Amino acid sequence: MTTRDKGVAQPEARSSLINDPQVRAVFFQVLLVAVVAFVGYVIVSNTIANLQRQNIASGYGFLSNIAGFGISLTLIDYAETSSYGTAILVGLLNTILVAVVGIVCASTLGFLIGVARLSKNWVISRLAYCYVEAIRNVPLLLQIVFWYFLLLNAVPNARNSLEFGGSLFLNNRGFFLPKPVFGDGAELAFWGLILSVVASIAVKVWAKKRQMSTGQQFPVGLTALGLIVLVPLLCLAVAGFPVTFDYPALKGFNFTGGQRVIPELIALVTALSIYTSAFIAEIVRAGIQAVSHGQTEAAHALGLRHGPTLRLVIIPQAMRVIIPPLTSQYLNLTKNSSLAVAIAFPDLVSLGGTVLNQTGQAIEVISIWMLVYLSLSLITSAFMNWYNQKMALVER
Amino acid sequence: MSQTSTFQIRTEEAPRLPAPVATSGFIGWARQNLFSSAGNTILTILGLLLAFFIFEPLIKFALIDAVWTGENRDACLAAEGSGQSVGACWAFVKAYFPQFIYGRYPAAEIYRVNIVYAMFAALLIPMAIPSVPFKKLNAILLLVVFPIISYYLLTGLVIGDAVILPIVETPYWGGLLVTLVIAVTGITASLPLGILFALGRRSHMPIVKLVSVIFIEFWRGVPLITVLFMSSVMLPLFLPDGVTFDKLLRVLIGVALFSAAYMAEVVRGGLQAIPKGQYEGAMALGLRFWPMMGLIILPQALKLVIPGIVNTFIGLFKDTTLVMIVGMFDLLGQINTSTTDPNWASPTTGVTGYLFAAMVFFCFCFGMSRYSIFIEKKLHTGHKR
Amino acid sequence: MSKNILPLALGAAMGIVASAAAAQAGTLDDVKAKGFIQCGVSQGLPGFSNPDAQGNWTGLDVDLCRAVSAAVFGTPDNVKYSPLSAKERFTALQSGEIDILSRNTTWTLSRDTSLGLNFAGVNYYDGQGFMVRKDLGVASALELSGASVCTQTGTTTELNIADYFRSNNMPYEVVAFEKLEEVVKAYDAGRCDVFSNDASGLYATRLTLTNPGDHIVLPEIISKEPLGPVVRHGDDQWFDVVKWTHNAMLNAEELGVTSANVEEMKSSDNPEVKRLLGVEGAFGEMLGLPNDWVVAIVKNVGNYGESFDRNVGPNTPLAISRGLNALWKDGGIQYAAPIR
Repeated sequence: MTTRDKGVAQPEARSSLINDPQVRAVFFQVLLVAVVAFVGYVIVSNTIANLQRQNIASGYGFLSNIAGFGISLTLIDYAETSSYGTAILVGLLNTILVAVVGIVCASTLGFLIGVARLSKNWVISRLAYCYVEAIRNVPLLLQIVFWYFLLLNAVPNARNSLEFGGSLFLNNRGFFLPKPVFGDGAELAFWGLILSVVASIAVKVWAKKRQMSTGQQFPVGLTALGLIVLVPLLCLAVAGFPVTFDYPALKGFNFTGGQRVIPELIALVTALSIYTSAFIAEIVRAGIQAVSHGQTEAAHALGLRHGPTLRLVIIPQAMRVIIPPLTSQYLNLTKNSSLAVAIAFPDLVSLGGTVLNQTGQAIEVISIWMLVYLSLSLITSAFMNWYNQKMALVER
Repeated sequence: MSQTSTFQIRTEEAPRLPAPVATSGFIGWARQNLFSSAGNTILTILGLLLAFFIFEPLIKFALIDAVWTGENRDACLAAEGSGQSVGACWAFVKAYFPQFIYGRYPAAEIYRVNIVYAMFAALLIPMAIPSVPFKKLNAILLLVVFPIISYYLLTGLVIGDAVILPIVETPYWGGLLVTLVIAVTGITASLPLGILFALGRRSHMPIVKLVSVIFIEFWRGVPLITVLFMSSVMLPLFLPDGVTFDKLLRVLIGVALFSAAYMAEVVRGGLQAIPKGQYEGAMALGLRFWPMMGLIILPQALKLVIPGIVNTFIGLFKDTTLVMIVGMFDLLGQINTSTTDPNWASPTTGVTGYLFAAMVFFCFCFGMSRYSIFIEKKLHTGHKR
Repeated sequence: MSKNILPLALGAAMGIVASAAAAQAGTLDDVKAKGFIQCGVSQGLPGFSNPDAQGNWTGLDVDLCRAVSAAVFGTPDNVKYSPLSAKERFTALQSGEIDILSRNTTWTLSRDTSLGLNFAGVNYYDGQGFMVRKDLGVASALELSGASVCTQTGTTTELNIADYFRSNNMPYEVVAFEKLEEVVKAYDAGRCDVFSNDASGLYATRLTLTNPGDHIVLPEIISKEPLGPVVRHGDDQWFDVVKWTHNAMLNAEELGVTSANVEEMKSSDNPEVKRLLGVEGAFGEMLGLPNDWVVAIVKNVGNYGESFDRNVGPNTPLAISRGLNALWKDGGIQYAAPIR
């Protein structure tokens, strides 16, 4: 608009008020506001009229009513007597769980495939190519349903579970593993863990400073590993190892005890990770190819071998190209986790849908969905923007 | 000082020897690419093993053990106690094929759907091949005339009391028909909307910009499934008493708004790539805003983003499967429903159905992505700097 | 920069919506004016509302819509069907998209009041039951402690399961799917020990399992599920039409009027039959219908018993006995108010 403003707004170009760009701009914006307000008014008044005529209660008061239904996976305390609000919160946490686990798996897999796609080995690069094309071009919903029913049909039932080492079990009710039970004094280990993480970060900062000023390197990785493993162990030893394991055991129809990962979660995370990894692989490939070949040659000339070249020279530069599209893939994965509704994984959309059905509060439930996903999107992109700024090229 | 010369000059050409076996031909290629080092050799062997473990069961299931003919589920069930594995039940797909393509569209009227399919192909193929002339006419036919004709062909046409084409209600539509209707309508409707919002987002009028940004970011921030739930559950409440929309139309509105936001971002990318000189040149010629956009900027920008538009279309095409969740019968939904038919219930029916769906989607999407790459390469020449 | 077109487009859109906002007349007048009844049905439940390969809908719930059509228009075929998911069904009715919801919907207090609906009667008394694999060796629902239960979300079913297992102090896991097909497939694949649904639905879906013979329906019925047609709150005339259509079908069975003998019965001496068939009195007119409305219903759709036998009765694949749905005279609880 400015470009045109500059063009026309010369002193000698006399024009009527209608042709004055400033006036036109104000006029059209006022018009737009009026139209948007009018549309909003019509929608709201229609809705209110509809709700009143049909005698439908409105408002968010229903969130404190008793839900009354069971949920197969809850990260917080939930019982049938909990409120609808708690049920939705359970769904939100499950969505976040899937998103976080999915992002980690998809990134790992995606980076591997992306690098494999550029491999000099023909077999490997062709395989990676087939993987990317096959996965990218099939709808995610189909893949989720496929993995779910494949999992249910391929693994045996509870009585004939696959057993790994006597304490891990896989059957069509899920994956069962021993669950650690922390007794008194275990919180000491927890604090020890936090302390050692903080200490590791401090060591890293100190080591970097030292390397910058003196050029001496410090084995940060080993130190951190040692700290993070040894300190909590030490704390546990001081407290007298108050940890016991709860082993899963077949009782009645199902396994009881232990930690259970429900098949819906396995299928959903598998499908989401695989689907997103294909897109990430392409992003990684493009990112690596965007780094000029001279960088590799220079690194080799400095005597770096292939591994360190990739790790220290190519990847950090490629990251700058990779991060913005990677952000949108992470956002997509988070939004796509809503397809859980197709396979009965209790995520936000599926539990919200149940609440919607039980209460009939369509507007309220859908507004909660939209609000939550918008916030998740904004938070993820804010975090990635911060990271992107940190990684961005600092030019002199 | 006469000396017999001990050197000799070769007068004929030495016979050409083939390059060493180890560096040329397949073996050389294999040595260089597959077995150049111990690590590489291990990778190759692992890769080949992996490929074998993936493709061997797939081929066995889909081709070797597959059942190709049969009247009902008995054909696809393993003989009692034989322990023999039965592969894909293609007989099921064969029996249900018309439903997968047309849904429950009345058999007597299916020719109408075929005309629409044929018209679409006849208009799209010349549109997609860059060297075919009459692009403008073709575009008008495809984007204006075709939708109108196919609307009447698909839904029916009644003038007064005369039934020219019997009405076919949208609940009878299904399968690939619904998938294509949603995807094509979605993309056609989202293009103009997307252009408007892209222009709005680049506007210097703060309110126009704000409205566009909110619109775009809102739709891009929420999952499509909640949009579909909104259009199927909430939209009716927004309308005045007594005004109702067809369910398919409601879904179409949701899909069009949703993809318009993505389209807007694609178009914005194209607008940003147009050098400032083009704007200045247009203004120097005395063009106002809309002529400048319509004649100078948009033709260039849209040409640049054709690959992006095709990619958005691929995404939309795949996303149409989500309408299954709100109870519509697209290709996947139709297949999903058919697999529970008691006549065909067998352990492999479901997998076969999904395999078929996957193949159909793969053919469409892979074809489109190849086309997008082809166009990208073709267009790239003019804009390489 | 979209200033020129955007407001125009929005303005035009508003014009359309605003002009369409005409006051709604009564549903009966609306239906008569448009010439058909829009009937909300399920997305496919054999015996209740299910499309055949040609797309024709059949079933007990469908028959009710056909009966209303017969009563209003004299022909049962002026009905259009909207297949609806559990989630959409009430909004579809509230928004006026459909005229009747006849989709195995349970009559509960909260639905009757806070959703703005009216239940026009009960055309099938159902109850929730459990289906299990035979090889599980379970004979009673009380042995299901610790079981995984597959069910459909958004129904009273889910709440009943929770109530039942809780009141019997049995731990359980519920796996709630959005669509019935997925529940069936997951149960078939062994995700759950138990499939819970309305008993009628259990019989209907058992047919679609890989090996129907491997599964049994347990004897316990854990809930009351009166299923019936639903109309919008606040339109009493239409409510009466639907309610009395159902009652007329019951009364016809009680009085022995069938689709075969309805013409002869017109000359019956029984005053009740005379009133029913409009030979005496003007009961149809009181509803705003033709006087021979019941004749049209019975001739085209049959009485309640005929509809039941045709769709779900012992001679159909579902093989459901009348049980609670027998007439009150025969030990059931189907009891219609008299026409007088």
